[in-house]
Amino acid sequence: MSKDIKIKKGLNIRLKGEASKTLSNAPRSKTYVIRPSEFHLITPKLDVKEGAKLQAGDVLFYSKINEAIKFVSPVSGTLLTIKRGAKRIITEIIIEADQLDTYRDNGVLNVNSMNSDEIKNHLLATGCWAFIKQRPYDVIANPDVKPKAIFISALTTAPLSADYDFTLLGKEKELQAAVTAFSKLTDGKVNVSVGENSKSVFEGLNDITVHKMSGVHPAGNVGTLINKVDPVNKGEVVWTVTPQDLVIIGTLFLTGKFNAKRVIALSGSSLKNPKYYTAKIGAEVSTFIYDSGLNEENVRVINGNVLSGEKIALKGHLGYYSDTVTVIPEGDDYEFFGWNKPVFDKISTSRALTFSWLQPNKEYSLNTNTNGEYRAFVITGSYEEVFPLDIYPMQILKACKYEDLDEMEALGMYEVAPEDFALTEFVCVSKQPHQEIIRKGLDLMYKEIG
Amino acid sequence: MGLKSNLHSLKEKFKGTKMAPAFNALHTFLYLPNETTHNGTHIKAADDLKRTMNTVIIALLPCLIYGMFNAGYQHYLALGEIEATSGFFAATFWTWDNLIVGMWQVLPLVIVSYGVGLTVEFLFAVIKGHEVEEGYLVTGMLVPLIVPIDIPLWMLAIAVIFGVVIGKEIFGGTGMNILNPALTIRAFLFFSYPTWMSGDKVWVHGAVERDQMIAAGQGLDAISGETILGAYAQNNSIAYDYWDMFWGLIPGSVGETSKFLIIIGALFLIFTKVGSWRIIISTLIGALTMGLIFNGVVDAGWIGDSNKFYGLMNVPFWQHLIIGSILFGAVYMATDPVTASQTNKGKWIYGFLIGLISIMIRVFNPAYPEGVFLAILLMNVFAPTIDHYVIQGNVKRRMNRLKVKTN
Repeated sequence: MSKDIKIKKGLNIRLKGEASKTLSNAPRSKTYVIRPSEFHLITPKLDVKEGAKLQAGDVLFYSKINEAIKFVSPVSGTLLTIKRGAKRIITEIIIEADQLDTYRDNGVLNVNSMNSDEIKNHLLATGCWAFIKQRPYDVIANPDVKPKAIFISALTTAPLSADYDFTLLGKEKELQAAVTAFSKLTDGKVNVSVGENSKSVFEGLNDITVHKMSGVHPAGNVGTLINKVDPVNKGEVVWTVTPQDLVIIGTLFLTGKFNAKRVIALSGSSLKNPKYYTAKIGAEVSTFIYDSGLNEENVRVINGNVLSGEKIALKGHLGYYSDTVTVIPEGDDYEFFGWNKPVFDKISTSRALTFSWLQPNKEYSLNTNTNGEYRAFVITGSYEEVFPLDIYPMQILKACKYEDLDEMEALGMYEVAPEDFALTEFVCVSKQPHQEIIRKGLDLMYKEIG
Repeated sequence: MGLKSNLHSLKEKFKGTKMAPAFNALHTFLYLPNETTHNGTHIKAADDLKRTMNTVIIALLPCLIYGMFNAGYQHYLALGEIEATSGFFAATFWTWDNLIVGMWQVLPLVIVSYGVGLTVEFLFAVIKGHEVEEGYLVTGMLVPLIVPIDIPLWMLAIAVIFGVVIGKEIFGGTGMNILNPALTIRAFLFFSYPTWMSGDKVWVHGAVERDQMIAAGQGLDAISGETILGAYAQNNSIAYDYWDMFWGLIPGSVGETSKFLIIIGALFLIFTKVGSWRIIISTLIGALTMGLIFNGVVDAGWIGDSNKFYGLMNVPFWQHLIIGSILFGAVYMATDPVTASQTNKGKWIYGFLIGLISIMIRVFNPAYPEGVFLAILLMNVFAPTIDHYVIQGNVKRRMNRLKVKTN
């Protein structure tokens, strides 16, 4: 069964440096790093000590609030250092990797004969629960609440992101095992969005409802799918999982191993040879960035895509959730009369002496310059052009800023994640940090309402 | 790049000091800053507030330049020194003589408006420690265009200080104000110095002076700078034809007379997506609607031609758009994003009511036959209310969705 959804409001940002569809193995990293800050609002409680020998899939730490939620090592090796920051918060868990991985055996299981509780407990015990996020709040799912539906986006529209049609090639068996498992965790549907004209591996799978999405970004955001199919109401919970994490979960059921391998798109205009690599969670990004080669020295490395990824150092590590690493030029330079001269080399949704509307298919090389300073909200109507959800974007942002919980709730805060506000942030004339505002708003609601 | 690196080191020197905002305002005027994104979106679109405001100024420049020529033209015409020109494109209009008179009168208005307004902005920025915001770039250009040509500069200066402080800064600066600052300035002038803001002498350079000379006993011919609205309000006959009104060869506030150039500006603003086409169109629809209602009243014979409202009510409805300042207000004033409705649906209602009320005040106001600025200020106050009800629609939809589920 499939349904068609067309997204008209949005913006495709075309950038130079798309990864060519060739796959290489990233050189094995010496160290792998897990950063607990990636698991939003989770306070880690360590289960191992420095110097411990680990197998891939061994528990590193668990959530202080819900001890059932465990986080495991992506590789086998020795726990080298536990780095701590201010107030002794654990910032990094560094693992010195063995040459070859050995895996903890979680047992081969047939999902078809398992019931909901067995599947849930297995995912919790093996560390795969960390891949399941919930809305409201866009945090790791609470295992005690059954979701009304599960949403998976298998459509790529964000600029320079990994193309699922490529990264999921040949993963049908793993995906089928994972979606079958998830279909038992909800009374509702497992909704999957695929591109209108793409040949997604999901189309041949059972136990899911496929939605054909077309149109502009953010058609590929899972938040867009949720809003168009079955929006979250007060008191309801939905879960989201990304397809590559489904592969890891499927592999777990089929082989008993926690194999944290992913196909990563290394893209961006600063790279000589942008292409796909296979790498494990926590790997040193420099191993494949230097393999591809850099065009310039002064670069921004991003875990994820340019719209909602996280800035990391060149010596940083692949994020727990990322399947894309983007490298673009830094923009820390002045531009003479940059605010009033005609602009041909940047993207804009207006036509205020900006000329990107003349060449809608041109690929741009954008840098990290903000193109202006932070201001109060002034311009109206521009967000709505790129925001397909049935929500008033500026009003909800303002409600978050003045921390009015009732208004945030009334305007639809339960439905959104920071990622949904990436495009409005991109076009914002006042250069307001929309995603940060939404994240803080969600955290406040989580704290006050829970 | 000597200048670039010198300015950069100066910026570092000023960082954290009281004067930093003042320096940064000048620095960012020359150079787009070297600021980069942190987290969130790592790339940003090309537009910033300076570019947006600059676009509005570009849209206003034709009106300003035309206003200078027209000021000279109306001056010499009233003195009887030149013949009426044959049209907008005639060489007898675009003369140096006209331009010099116009520049001599209009440029001081521009300089005082920007000088005083930006000084207040800089003071507030330094005191409050925030960056100088760009809102006044547009306000400062609008103000000279909406005042009578001979307004004394000290009055303008006081009004600008009032408008910027009371109209904007006390609310928190650009983006926070409730009333359009340019119209606040005009309203201040209108209510504080009515003799300089209305009547049939203030719209032509030299007319007031000439009057005073006649009163002093000099044997000169009186000149009139009566506007078309003034003539209609007194049920007088009109000395101009529609094309004069459209092209702008008529007396009036500095920048509002040429409907042709305002339409060009409107098209530019709509094309660049800086001005809201919803507000512009709905304001005009509102004005036409009210005009039609008044025409209907006259046609129905409810008032006779001796009635004091007859002249203005009897104006064919479409002519309301080419007389007075309704077009200028719709394009440049009502569209101010901060004080207008912020939702797309709200913009339709907001604009429509501005048009409706503008023409209503125009016809019924006994003291002064124009109501656009009052109508816009009034709707500025109601814009948040309009938005509230529009947003409640969305909120109700969300609540109904929940109710359907739980039932």
